[in-house]
Amino acid sequence: MDFSFNQDQQQFSDALRRWIEKDYTFEQRKHIVLSPTGTSDAAWSTLAELGMTALPVPEAQGGFAGTAVDMLVVMQEIGRGLVVEPYFATVLGAQFLKLAGGQESLLEQVATGELKLGCAIGEKQARHDLADIVTTASRNGDGFRLDGTKTVVIHGGQAGMLIVSARSSGGQRDTAGISLFVVPVATAGVTVRDYRTIDSQHAADITFNSVQLPASALLGQEGAGWDILDAAADYGITLLCAEALGAMEALNAATLEYLKTRQQFGVPIGKFQALQHRMADMFMQLEQARSMATLAAVKVGSDDPVERRRTVSAAKARIGQAMKFVGQQAVQLHGGMGVTNELPAAHHFKRLTMIEVTLGDTDHHLARFVAQPGFRQAA
Amino acid sequence: MDLNYTADDLAFRDTVRGYLDANLPQDLQHKVLNHKRLSKEDFVRWHKILAKQGWVGTGWPVEYGGTGWSAVQRHIWEEECARAGTPTILPFGVNMVAPVIMAFGNEAQKRHYLPRILNCDDWWCQGYSEPGSGSDLASLKCRADREGDFYIVNGQKTWTTLGQHADMIFCLVRTDSGGRKQEGISFLLIDMHTPGITVRPIIMLDEDHEVNEVWFDNVKVPVQNLVGEENKGWTYAKYLLGHERTNIAAVGRAKREMEFLKRIAGRQQKNGKPLIDDPLFSTKVASLEIELMALEVTVLRVISMDSAKRGPGPEASMLKVKGTEVQQQLTELMVEAVGPYGMPFDPEYLHGTHEHSTSDDDDAAPLASYYFNFRKTSIYGGSNEIQKNIITQMILGL
Repeated sequence: MDFSFNQDQQQFSDALRRWIEKDYTFEQRKHIVLSPTGTSDAAWSTLAELGMTALPVPEAQGGFAGTAVDMLVVMQEIGRGLVVEPYFATVLGAQFLKLAGGQESLLEQVATGELKLGCAIGEKQARHDLADIVTTASRNGDGFRLDGTKTVVIHGGQAGMLIVSARSSGGQRDTAGISLFVVPVATAGVTVRDYRTIDSQHAADITFNSVQLPASALLGQEGAGWDILDAAADYGITLLCAEALGAMEALNAATLEYLKTRQQFGVPIGKFQALQHRMADMFMQLEQARSMATLAAVKVGSDDPVERRRTVSAAKARIGQAMKFVGQQAVQLHGGMGVTNELPAAHHFKRLTMIEVTLGDTDHHLARFVAQPGFRQAA
Repeated sequence: MDLNYTADDLAFRDTVRGYLDANLPQDLQHKVLNHKRLSKEDFVRWHKILAKQGWVGTGWPVEYGGTGWSAVQRHIWEEECARAGTPTILPFGVNMVAPVIMAFGNEAQKRHYLPRILNCDDWWCQGYSEPGSGSDLASLKCRADREGDFYIVNGQKTWTTLGQHADMIFCLVRTDSGGRKQEGISFLLIDMHTPGITVRPIIMLDEDHEVNEVWFDNVKVPVQNLVGEENKGWTYAKYLLGHERTNIAAVGRAKREMEFLKRIAGRQQKNGKPLIDDPLFSTKVASLEIELMALEVTVLRVISMDSAKRGPGPEASMLKVKGTEVQQQLTELMVEAVGPYGMPFDPEYLHGTHEHSTSDDDDAAPLASYYFNFRKTSIYGGSNEIQKNIITQMILGL
């Protein structure tokens, strides 16, 4: 048993952290956030140069074949550094391509940083249920016609290609009959309404109006996209759990520093036991979250889908509880400063709050955990 | 990053599992798995069975008769014992006083006491807390005055777990009242059969006699029963508290109890369906199971640091807090699961005098009692608030 990160993992994480501390500071990030796209081409180039875009891509496509544990250390730094580039969306999109197979040239472009991806897998009526799909994909000659609207597509407006889930048969919430497509954003009939999110990222609502797709746009088998969608979403959740871990580490460090420096009644406020115990609780929440993020990263690649779902949902649910506690208490312990938009802590809090509602919230994953075969086994 | 046990670890697990299958007496297992109360004889019987196998001193070095197991092996052992439902080896001798004797005792003390502890020839209890000294342990007043070759001990100890059976007590006593309160404390081993010692029961919420008050009235203790140096006892006490705490979270037992909870929740009915299928209840169970999953990984992380010789240190405080929270929530959900069927109270059943409970529900009968008993866990061994003080000071540096 070994919980340490290897040398490569440490190098990736160190390189990313050094770059963020030097060239992606809180001040520099402010300018990026206020720019029209909310992202930085220069920053993206650097992420590619540092090998971050190649990391999750298989070696045959010019990548480093990074594991979910490799991605854990990288996403921690993304979370700590409040990086707003379309990295999570692109890595998640690449996971769809990997699981579907046969998308070598797109993966090569992801590896070099040429191609950014977005994952159009949410819909207005669906809430957290990824199988609830009314967007349709109908056969049209050799190809398909896509109709419908996908909502809150993270960095959809900054992507070159979209992964789109659509219904080719079955009822609205059936897992059977779902097909996945890869669609260039610049296709006729695709309309992107881009907006800023409260956590300073960008997302988009994207409408597909009689979009004509060639047969080659299909990922995997027609009507059998659910297994890929479910597995890719679980992979995305482990990325988010790792990002949340980094953000919580940053919040705890900032809060601890504040408790040691902020003076009231002639002493640092960290001398007061009510605040000390709150900080101790934040520490324990973080360590429990670290355990779950680690467990999810190790198990997300499991061949047993029940074990994968059970572990990933457990992680998202537990980290959901930790994010809320750590985020809210960090703001509380920072006092008035905590509720301003001026400190990085406020932005970590906002990011954590939005991670909670991305790819299923705590309640959704508690219910999914309960629904796995084996939960009631003892009964 | 590799969360799997090695082939050697797995082989070790098979070995201990096979041993437990063959050697754990069924009547003891039945009591443990069914939350019944264990007698002195029960504890001693299991201790002596393990002593014959040489598996009592699982944290002891080989030179003193220990197993010399690694931290991971000890974890596997604890987990297998919990899974099988063995009685616990009471910590007072093996895990508390023995490490202090090994580290600070003289040769004669090591030769005399350590083999007797391994073999359970003496039943040990702990003389730390006093009525006025709980969390503020160093303020203790129980006095030992040197007179020739003896200390004369006067005062009172309390919360003495299972002291009614004890042959020996290890005591923190005040030998100097002059300087800082921590500096005048000594560590004495006292024969419980010495004249002047009175043990009085304290009956707890579950009406069980588990703890006691111990009174010392001019008790003569030979000076050779002093461990280490006079007035250095506080150092030894702190060493003891920092020792052998990886199983403090008791994850193995919590996993077994989680299965028990699901089993009874599968049998209880709500609106004509098993309670475990009730969305409100199952979500509570799921939350707790997930907390336990996280805690198990946290424990393994601390253990693997221990293996890397960095020592568990103040992280043990986190394991204590989280472990006791999980244990208490388990007992809470058990009581919730059986609802009104937890009300009948049947001490004869709990002690094994009757084979079945008067309420006709042997699963439900002990649970309220178990719940009330487990309220102690967040108070003993340094209350959870004291553990948070330790985290604050030792880890966070506030």
